[in-house]
Amino acid sequence: MNLSNVKGSTMSTPSSSGSHLRSTGDAVSDQFPAGLRVLVVDDDPTCLMILEKMLKACLYEVTKCKCAEAALELLRGNKNGFDIVISDVHMPDMDGFKLLEHIGLEMDLPVIMMSADDGKHVVMKGVTHGACDYLIKPVRIEALKNIWQHVVRKRKTGWRDPEQSGSIDEGDRQQKVSDDADYSSSANEGKSSKKRRDEEEDADERDDSSTLKKPRVVWSVELHQQFMAAVNQLGIDKAVPKKILELMNVPGLTRENVASHLQKYRLYLRRLSGVSQQQNNLNNSFMNPQDPTFGSTSINGIDLQALSVAGQLPAQSLAKLQAAGLGRSTAKPVMSMPLVEQRNLFSFESPKLRFGEGQMQHLNTNKPINLLHGIPTNMEPKQLANLHQSAQSLGNLNMRINASVAQRSPLLMQMGQSQPRGQMIGENGSHVNQLPTSLLQPTVPNRISNGVIRNGIASSSNINAAYNQVPQSSSFLNFPMNQTNEMSVRSFPLGSHPGISNITTKGMLQEEVTSGIKGSSGFVPNYDIFNELQPQKSQDWDLTTAGLTYDATQHSNHVQGNTDVSVSPSVLVHPGFTSIQQTGQNRDTTSSMGKDMFSIGEGMDQGNLQNISQPQNPLLVDNSVRVKAERVPDASSQTNFFPEQYGQEDLMSALLKQEGIGLAENEFDFDGYSLDNIPV
Amino acid sequence: MERSQPRRQVAAMKQSLFDQGLLDEQFIQLEELSDDANPNFVEEIVTLYYRDSSRLISSIEQALKERHTLDFNKLDTLMHQFKGSSSSIGAKKVKAECTLFREYCRTGNAEGCMKTFQQLKKEYASLRKKLEAYFQLARQAGPMETACRPK
Repeated sequence: MNLSNVKGSTMSTPSSSGSHLRSTGDAVSDQFPAGLRVLVVDDDPTCLMILEKMLKACLYEVTKCKCAEAALELLRGNKNGFDIVISDVHMPDMDGFKLLEHIGLEMDLPVIMMSADDGKHVVMKGVTHGACDYLIKPVRIEALKNIWQHVVRKRKTGWRDPEQSGSIDEGDRQQKVSDDADYSSSANEGKSSKKRRDEEEDADERDDSSTLKKPRVVWSVELHQQFMAAVNQLGIDKAVPKKILELMNVPGLTRENVASHLQKYRLYLRRLSGVSQQQNNLNNSFMNPQDPTFGSTSINGIDLQALSVAGQLPAQSLAKLQAAGLGRSTAKPVMSMPLVEQRNLFSFESPKLRFGEGQMQHLNTNKPINLLHGIPTNMEPKQLANLHQSAQSLGNLNMRINASVAQRSPLLMQMGQSQPRGQMIGENGSHVNQLPTSLLQPTVPNRISNGVIRNGIASSSNINAAYNQVPQSSSFLNFPMNQTNEMSVRSFPLGSHPGISNITTKGMLQEEVTSGIKGSSGFVPNYDIFNELQPQKSQDWDLTTAGLTYDATQHSNHVQGNTDVSVSPSVLVHPGFTSIQQTGQNRDTTSSMGKDMFSIGEGMDQGNLQNISQPQNPLLVDNSVRVKAERVPDASSQTNFFPEQYGQEDLMSALLKQEGIGLAENEFDFDGYSLDNIPV
Repeated sequence: MERSQPRRQVAAMKQSLFDQGLLDEQFIQLEELSDDANPNFVEEIVTLYYRDSSRLISSIEQALKERHTLDFNKLDTLMHQFKGSSSSIGAKKVKAECTLFREYCRTGNAEGCMKTFQQLKKEYASLRKKLEAYFQLARQAGPMETACRPK
């Protein structure tokens, strides 16, 4: 068939003819609904064309859009350019409901959803997301003939309120008002988007009948801008409705209006910024995979950057990981193993991010990744968290190092710990990659180990720093021991992230193994390995917290995995760091982890890093793995993970150095420490 | 009479398409959209449909090649799109096959999917031919008055 010029124009900017409507407050000229400015979004060109034709037949002003992003752009660029939006539900680039939310939040236009799907739940979704109508495809022209009612409805509400609602701005406001009226949606009033949706439906009904009801505030652009200015002035944290209201100084605006809008706005921000937002607030809330990528990526340690990103990542990822791994044990503080838990990449719940203030926090929330799998040190949760972060990075390192080991290590560490770790441990077998997802999974150990190690090594505070640093450096592996003082696990020069974890694990394992790292609260950070590196007290790593209760017995065997943990055993040797390194070792069983760890303990010498790491399995798998490794006596004692700064960093660095760090190029930016070289 | 001849033929053809269950009400809707500006609107749409849906068809075909490890979700999604398109032009039988296909996807019936898909392709191709013939005749007959509903 010859295709006559089928116009496939995508979008045409709305002509201005429609604007006439807008200018008049009521805009309802005689022509109405003719000239109604409709934006149609659908990825199917056939449907799009048909709709355009139909709408034109209704005398509307039509703009077509093939994809949601483009539609949003259009809408944003021309806030008052449209009266109503019709969108398909299933679109490749963005879910129709998501688009719906955006529009509602940003522009508050009535949106009609369409789909060939007429299942009840889909329609319900439309309702809950705030669509003002839902059309089943194929759409008939009769259905389109009436869409103007939605516009009027909104306008009605808006018109009623303009004076009172905040959308009043003399002058343009007038115009705006009408526009606002269009957009006014009951939901607008600061409700969260969800609420908005519900509200929207309600509002519609209410609008019609509620002359008596409090008029809805139409959050016009100007009003919103005023709102934003006030918020920025006050600072997002300090922005309380009352103050905002005062600053805005809009007559007729009530505190409630502002409050609901603020809530909505916050949600919106959160959504936009995802991780970053979470930083502080969301630490815990991150558990949800808000940023799935975040978590996953970071977990993998690949996103060391993410980790480094203000440690939020860790938190987030932790959260994610945790969620993933643990099935969302959000912010479950790793109890027993502070470190471990935290470190545990797996369990991102770093309950106690004792570590660094910030960083660890994140970690804490997640679940302390038992990074230190083997590190029975009493790494504080924070440390764990740090480790966690590092674990992640380590994880990555481990990948390099032994990929498996690293992961395992954390597991091991975790093993001793509680469940979260268990998960991880179980994962021991999983390689680092797995960590990210299973954060909880021992794979995380890398991270954890990092963190853990850190913890043990450095005082919590240090660790934090360490972590922070580490993360920044992307992946804990920054162990390049920035903080020499900080025993931050980071210092595990695991080079490879994964390796790092290994290291930690190793260290831990060793410690644990020997010192019987108690699983509780993190294993005593027997980063023996580290000890070696730094005879300091790093031993205080309470890796125990890590929960690496690796059975000493186990460790002996587990060392196997560690081989890869090239994490310089020396590093691990650090007190209490049972070189959980097993990096390679992440053998499947926690016990193995323990073993490794133990082995680390045993041979905590640098060479043993491997041992440590290997408890991979044991680490995580069994909580019972007691990393009895003798945690470096000094280190193990404390609950605070890094009571003294174990030279975790040193350890790490040492380890890494040993390896000659060539840090794997892993994402973690480990300073080129390649754990691989770590002589085990 | 000659003038109405082709018209009557066109009408008859259209009637027959409806009788065979190949087209449904939506087609009429499209015809009603034709106007002076777009006298051959329906033809344009159908052309666009066949052009666009062909890639969907090949995607589905490709996906079905994984004989034993069919990704039913993906297939369902693709088919959903295809169904939406087909229903917009009023392709009744094609649409029915789509529905059937999706059912099979839901139940994870690979055999059913493949068989249905074959059937679907046949219907799809057959409709295309018939519509082509129809449009050709319609063009010859000259612009029709408003679309007349088949009985």
